[in-house]
Amino acid sequence: MDFINHQLFIKDINVHIDPIFPKKTAIITHGHADHARFGHDHVIATRQTIEIMKIRYGDNCAKKFTSLKYGQKYSIKNYDFTLYPAGHILGSAQVLIEKDDHRLVITGDYKVGKDETCKNFKLVKCDTLITEATFGLPIFQHPNPKDEIQKLIQSVKINKNNCHIVGAYALGKAQRVMNLLRQQNYNETIYIHGSLEKLCQYYSKEKINIGKFEKVSSKDKNFYEGKIIIAPPSALKDRWSRRFPNPIICMASGWMTVKQRAKQQGIELPLVISDHSDWNELLDTIKKSKAKNILITHGQEDALVYYCKKQNLLSKPLSIQGRSDEEIE
Amino acid sequence: MKKFSSLLHNLILTPSRNTKIKLLQDYFKTLDTNRAYALAILSDQLSFQFIKASKLRELVYKQVDQHLFDFSYDYVGDLAETISLIWPTKKEGKQQNLSTLIENIKKIKKSDINKEFSTILSELSNNERWTLIKICTGGLRIGVSERLVKTALADLYNKSLNEIEEIWHGLEFPYKNLFQWLKNETSKPKIDFKKLFHPMMLANPIDEEKDFKKLNPSHFQAEYKWDGIRVQLMISSKSVSLYSRTGDNISSAFPEIIETTAGDAVIDGELLVGRKFKPSGFNDLQQRLNRKKASKDLQEKFPIFIRAYDILFYKGKDLRKFPLFERRKYLEKFQKENNNNQIDLSSIIKFKTWQELIKYKNNFHDDLNEGVMIKLKNSEYLPGRKRGYWYKWKKNPKLVDAILMYAQRGHGKRSSYYSDFTFGVWKENELVPIGKAYSGYTDKELLVLDKFIRNNTINKFGPVREVKKEIILEVAFDDVFPSTRHKSGVAMRFPRIHRIRWDKPVKEVLTINEFKKEFKLS
Repeated sequence: MDFINHQLFIKDINVHIDPIFPKKTAIITHGHADHARFGHDHVIATRQTIEIMKIRYGDNCAKKFTSLKYGQKYSIKNYDFTLYPAGHILGSAQVLIEKDDHRLVITGDYKVGKDETCKNFKLVKCDTLITEATFGLPIFQHPNPKDEIQKLIQSVKINKNNCHIVGAYALGKAQRVMNLLRQQNYNETIYIHGSLEKLCQYYSKEKINIGKFEKVSSKDKNFYEGKIIIAPPSALKDRWSRRFPNPIICMASGWMTVKQRAKQQGIELPLVISDHSDWNELLDTIKKSKAKNILITHGQEDALVYYCKKQNLLSKPLSIQGRSDEEIE
Repeated sequence: MKKFSSLLHNLILTPSRNTKIKLLQDYFKTLDTNRAYALAILSDQLSFQFIKASKLRELVYKQVDQHLFDFSYDYVGDLAETISLIWPTKKEGKQQNLSTLIENIKKIKKSDINKEFSTILSELSNNERWTLIKICTGGLRIGVSERLVKTALADLYNKSLNEIEEIWHGLEFPYKNLFQWLKNETSKPKIDFKKLFHPMMLANPIDEEKDFKKLNPSHFQAEYKWDGIRVQLMISSKSVSLYSRTGDNISSAFPEIIETTAGDAVIDGELLVGRKFKPSGFNDLQQRLNRKKASKDLQEKFPIFIRAYDILFYKGKDLRKFPLFERRKYLEKFQKENNNNQIDLSSIIKFKTWQELIKYKNNFHDDLNEGVMIKLKNSEYLPGRKRGYWYKWKKNPKLVDAILMYAQRGHGKRSSYYSDFTFGVWKENELVPIGKAYSGYTDKELLVLDKFIRNNTINKFGPVREVKKEIILEVAFDDVFPSTRHKSGVAMRFPRIHRIRWDKPVKEVLTINEFKKEFKLS
């Protein structure tokens, strides 16, 4: 495992995983902006991640693209790379790196729970596990997303004269919320903020069931009474949201576990729907991976490092540049 | 318990007052057995100190690793919420309603509390746990005031808020007589009015342009508006007690009043610090506030007295339906008979026209009064802020030009705008903040400021934005005091934005030393 440094850089062959600055060769785990950036020479990723990058940054966001299927091996010198489903968003992958006899897995962002909008997480056994820890505190125990989405549906039923604006990240969470609504037989048109349109179209094209959606337009104010609108979190507090009739501000995020956080952000209806593993899932993955060496990135590392050490596992935090804020998904 | 905890959950997350009232009403409408506890908890009437915060920590450490708890608490920042989230839920137990649960907890023997309370916590859902811990440790902090609860009940049962306020302080758990009366099953509860705090009559600010045209000066009497704290003094041959405006008993903090006052009356007045009935300013009074007890030393250094405005009861006689001018006669009689040396009467200003009153409002006594009160001579003593009876007319505020430094988003109806402004004056070549204001501007000015802030942010500190130092605000404020807590060494009283000074260059703003000199702080 000495072959990779704290920046997820393999010097030997000049390969980076999820680099934030333009590099020669970049393996990209998924399309979120804190992982997939513009301007690399060569991007290696799943087909869907590449297509998402092109939607967000344009067709020329890298000079060369190599798309890998899940489970398909790709070798650079004596390093073998394989992508496995991470269950985070459409196209998301974990990276298995095999060198000599050592197996190292970089989970990227992942969740263990079921999700119809992407391939579900696959556990990969390894010697070294580099895991995320976005929700690496025991207070985070995600409830069943179906129960959470029911809260939204019930609120829409009760508050007929209000519109519900749901804050959700434009890529992944927004479409997951739409899909969950469909699973619970909510069949009305869902209205979306303009910045979601292309990604929603892409999910539809990929045959993800997000149902009928339409971009919000400057219709009569009252038109949106009783409707569900999905918007990126940044739009909730903005003047954008003030055009709607009596909006009830909702947010779909794992952070909504903490009432005080929801209150601080002015969220009236928090929906604990996360695309990351919760505390128990993190522990379970660490255990089942059989890894003896655990490196922890992204988020609340302290508690997880402490826990691993108590289990006699080698463990330390990896602080990757440019990723410390919890605002990023 | 499920219902009550989801009520609290919704209340804490709802910013709108009307929605809160509706939530409360929906709850009280459907409920029978739990409503007494719910009312007691929501209006902070009963304290259920079954278990202390330190005890709760001890219990939670038995459930989860101490370090993991500490990491979590550090992140969440709220004990009740951290415990409720981290506590391992066993299978949810039998549903208990709020009152049964509380009754059961009350019955637990002290020696069994650790075990039994832990079992209870394990059988509740997250949200119910949070609720129970909040109830136990006191102080809900969910943005619901006693008054809001009363308003909700009044609207729900078509009673006037007044009627509820009148009897409120004489009610006792489990409020059986209250609920029966609300539902028109019985008549209004009989309360011994002499023994309880009576909500105070308050004044509305006068609208100089509209009101003075309508109001006939000969129908009104004027008094100075003193800058102390409003109090109600209850005097009988057996005891004397002093209440704050919110109905808190503050007798123990002002023993000299309690010990020396004689008579049989309920007096409304202003508590002030000063010698020989000459007030020495709010800053001195502050030395006596928020203390449970006052040492002899403090009593000598900051002696207090009460300037009486009104009288509610006199020798057992309820005067509240009497007109003000009649009550005044009783007040004078009371004063003559008892000759209390820590009470004097608020003097009445003679005036014929509103114009004439201006000079009293602005100049008299310099800083020691805040303006004048204008009271309808015929007014009954009505609780709350009724329109058309009492008015306050404040002095023109002090003004200073300061530079906008930081801004933060506001709350409520201003929630999407940058509407909380920190402003400062020069200290050598830097700016030093002197205050913060979130009112006073017009809607138009707010839009302009909001836009400026969005386009001119040079730095972000969490929710706070630092902006380019280009905008000068004329800030109005009631007073300014020396302060060791603030970097600038000054603390303003009620600062608000008066207008934006487009005409003035930033270089012409005062320095902190000039500011202090101008307002006599150095």
